[in-house]
Amino acid sequence: MKNNIILELVNVTKEFPGVKALDNVNINIKKGEIHFLCGENGAGKSTLMKIVSGVYSSGYSGNIILKGEKQNFKNIAESKKKGIAIIYQELALVPEMSIYENIFLGAERKKGMFVDFNEHIMEAEKLLKEVGLKVNVAEKVKNLGIGKQQLVEIAKALREKVDILILDEPTAALNEDDSKNLLKLIETLKNTGVTCIMISHKLKEVTAIADTVTVIRDGKNICTLTGDEISEDEIIKNMVGRQIDNIYPARENKNIGEISLEVENLTAKEQGTNKEILKEISFNVKTGEIVGISGLMGAGRTELALAIFGNTPKYKLSGKIKIDNKEVHFRNTKDAIKKGIAYVTEDRKGNGLVLGQDIKTNITLANLEDLVVNGKVDENKEVEVAEYYRKSLTIKTGSIEQKTGSLSGGNQQKVSLAKWLYTDPKILILDEPTRGIDVGAKFEIYSLMNELVAKGMSIIMISSELLEVIGMSDRVYVIAEGELKGELTEDITEENIISLSVKE
Amino acid sequence: MIELKKLLKENIREYGMYIALVAIFIFFTTTTNGMFLSARNFSNLLNQTGYIAVLSIGVTLVIIIRHIDLSIGYIAGFMGAVIALLLAKGISLFIAIPIVLVMGMIIGLFNGFLVAKLHVPAFVATLAGMLIFRGALLLATEKKGSIIVKNRVFNALGNDFIPSFFEVDAFGIKNTTAIIVGLVLIIIYILSEINTRKIKMNYKFEVISSNLFILKLFFTSSVMFYIAYKLSLYNGISWTVVTVGIITFIYHTIMMKTSLGRHIYAVGGNPEAARLSGISVEKITLIVFSSMGMLAVISGMLYTSRLQSASTTAGAMFELDAIAGAYVGGVSASGGVGKVTNSVLGAIVMAALTNGMNLMGVNISYQYIIKGSILVLAVIFDIQTRKNVK
Repeated sequence: MKNNIILELVNVTKEFPGVKALDNVNINIKKGEIHFLCGENGAGKSTLMKIVSGVYSSGYSGNIILKGEKQNFKNIAESKKKGIAIIYQELALVPEMSIYENIFLGAERKKGMFVDFNEHIMEAEKLLKEVGLKVNVAEKVKNLGIGKQQLVEIAKALREKVDILILDEPTAALNEDDSKNLLKLIETLKNTGVTCIMISHKLKEVTAIADTVTVIRDGKNICTLTGDEISEDEIIKNMVGRQIDNIYPARENKNIGEISLEVENLTAKEQGTNKEILKEISFNVKTGEIVGISGLMGAGRTELALAIFGNTPKYKLSGKIKIDNKEVHFRNTKDAIKKGIAYVTEDRKGNGLVLGQDIKTNITLANLEDLVVNGKVDENKEVEVAEYYRKSLTIKTGSIEQKTGSLSGGNQQKVSLAKWLYTDPKILILDEPTRGIDVGAKFEIYSLMNELVAKGMSIIMISSELLEVIGMSDRVYVIAEGELKGELTEDITEENIISLSVKE
Repeated sequence: MIELKKLLKENIREYGMYIALVAIFIFFTTTTNGMFLSARNFSNLLNQTGYIAVLSIGVTLVIIIRHIDLSIGYIAGFMGAVIALLLAKGISLFIAIPIVLVMGMIIGLFNGFLVAKLHVPAFVATLAGMLIFRGALLLATEKKGSIIVKNRVFNALGNDFIPSFFEVDAFGIKNTTAIIVGLVLIIIYILSEINTRKIKMNYKFEVISSNLFILKLFFTSSVMFYIAYKLSLYNGISWTVVTVGIITFIYHTIMMKTSLGRHIYAVGGNPEAARLSGISVEKITLIVFSSMGMLAVISGMLYTSRLQSASTTAGAMFELDAIAGAYVGGVSASGGVGKVTNSVLGAIVMAALTNGMNLMGVNISYQYIIKGSILVLAVIFDIQTRKNVK
């Protein structure tokens, strides 16, 4: 092993039909360091990690050298044997199984012919202690929050001896507290000698804990930063290949008008249990205004949005919703769409897009009636509509007939946005509009939001990224545990938002 | 030529179905010394497929929205008996047909209600329906074992052909109507293709080159003409073929051209996304199951009419043949994918296998084994080609 390098990637190149995903990538990973890979969506980071962990066993050229030995992993099991563990962005846990069953899934300890559950429980308890998770190992995974599930994943990875732990956007779905916890754990692991390779879009955490940062752009490694060289500006500059002065574009001539949506004492109770999900929430949005709703995941933000949007099969609602000062009642989302409300979901894969269908079919889905002539959908006009949005939102794709499932996150988000813009909304609710997408696409979405409010639209932006809320909003409401904790009109700062959110 | 290759490559899934059909036809024609493709057998084959094809169309929609309907075979059997009873009581055909169609829709609606509103898994709900209607069929036919239908107009549906209005003495043509209908359909087809192309060009969209376009028109027209000519050599176009043709056309149009069709595909592709887009998943489920019930009745009528009687065994295994046809035709169990036209072709493939093996004198036990293997192969082909496209 030269210079303490545990993993060496030499001239790694991988081509998919039509695209070069990786182009002669060379990276050296030192033993015991926290090494971040940064880059826009589609830059090739995940592909690279899939090669390292054996998911892609062929179809690439170049060498993977682990501890001085050339490797050619045929599958994940082989890389695992050599001490490489990978945790994907989408968690691979079985919700209906207990924590210990999940941890030993696929590697059951046996006593004779039968699974030795006592051994499982004991070992699992040890592992949970290691990752700092204090819950009963017999708890079903579905009852855990996403942050705790992430820890269970790591415990599962630590089940066998791990030299290199790869984490693909581990904090993308976590709130601030859980993220901090996780990062602390990573540092603890580092101290025990585990090498961590992480992919992240959250540059704040990168600068906080990284020993080394490699920036990848268009399948090539652009630069490697260490020590004092690591700064957000430096990373962004290399990621996008140009300087972005301000990631939150400034808004020219603000023109805030009358109240367009007003919510009064909105309460939602879960049917059956009568648990209060939303407690007497009142707020409003004006035309030409961006209102930020800040709060942690699970605070009731998405429930609030869905209640306004008329999609509450599980809840009993009370309170008033007024649009242009007239009270409205929505039985379903169709009613809400008709009244000019659009909701862009936080979960574009789960309930935003039909991934098996192409871009144009997804864009027109919520407003198909607009294309119907004599009972039939006018497919030619549909193509025009889709082309219009492809150009105006710069959706990067070979054709509008490409399946949305094969697009990168940022482009999927743009398709999701295009779909709702096509319904011509007056009030646009954006739920985590930039989650899991890269800096370049983020900037484009922010600019688009500014354009839309300039035309008189009202935007409600739900976000757990404080900087985004601060950078984009005219006013901010803070909610926690289903309650509205307060409103900020001036002095929208991190401190003020946090202090409101922890207010009793 | 390069364009043709590219077109073939991109649409291999689409054309795979046709290639399989042609291969099967060639195979059986050679092994049976041309008997398989004789005018008489060809005509028979289409008529045998009729009642299954109708079910395949309906169940395609059900599978697209990620459900299944096992009750359709015995609904067809039972409702075939019901209309036989109604006709035996002397009720006019023009009253009896609407009655059974509405009954079928209500039965389907009930299945849909169990699935959409009460959240009973479709497999269980329709398995229960299968048992119930099997019992109901036995009750209805209990007394005599079968109910004879004497209504001539009704029996024509499964047995008669569009008559020939005048005779020509050339090329062995016996039924001139088949040729005329064939030519009219070819003209309509060519005109509508040209029109579509024109509109696309007006929008300045990409279209295939004019040479290839003419080749495509020529090829499809030739196939259509060949079928029409084949049929004209025997008794012409049967009312069964007319019925299936009209239903296929209507369902194809709904699925490909209307917002209802789009909504069905969206619900199958991602029900949550569909709901948030303002589509009522419940309503779509009810519509699809209710249409299934109605088509089951039509299938039952075709079968009863073909036998000129309702029997205790009517409807047995229909649902499985129909589902097999849909899968051979490329519908996907994970939802959101499938075409009614291909399901009809799938049903024809399955019927052609039975018909051809019967002509060859293949033992019935081997027939089941071969059909089972082909079903699996077809689905493997489908999954593989879908992967490649991705």
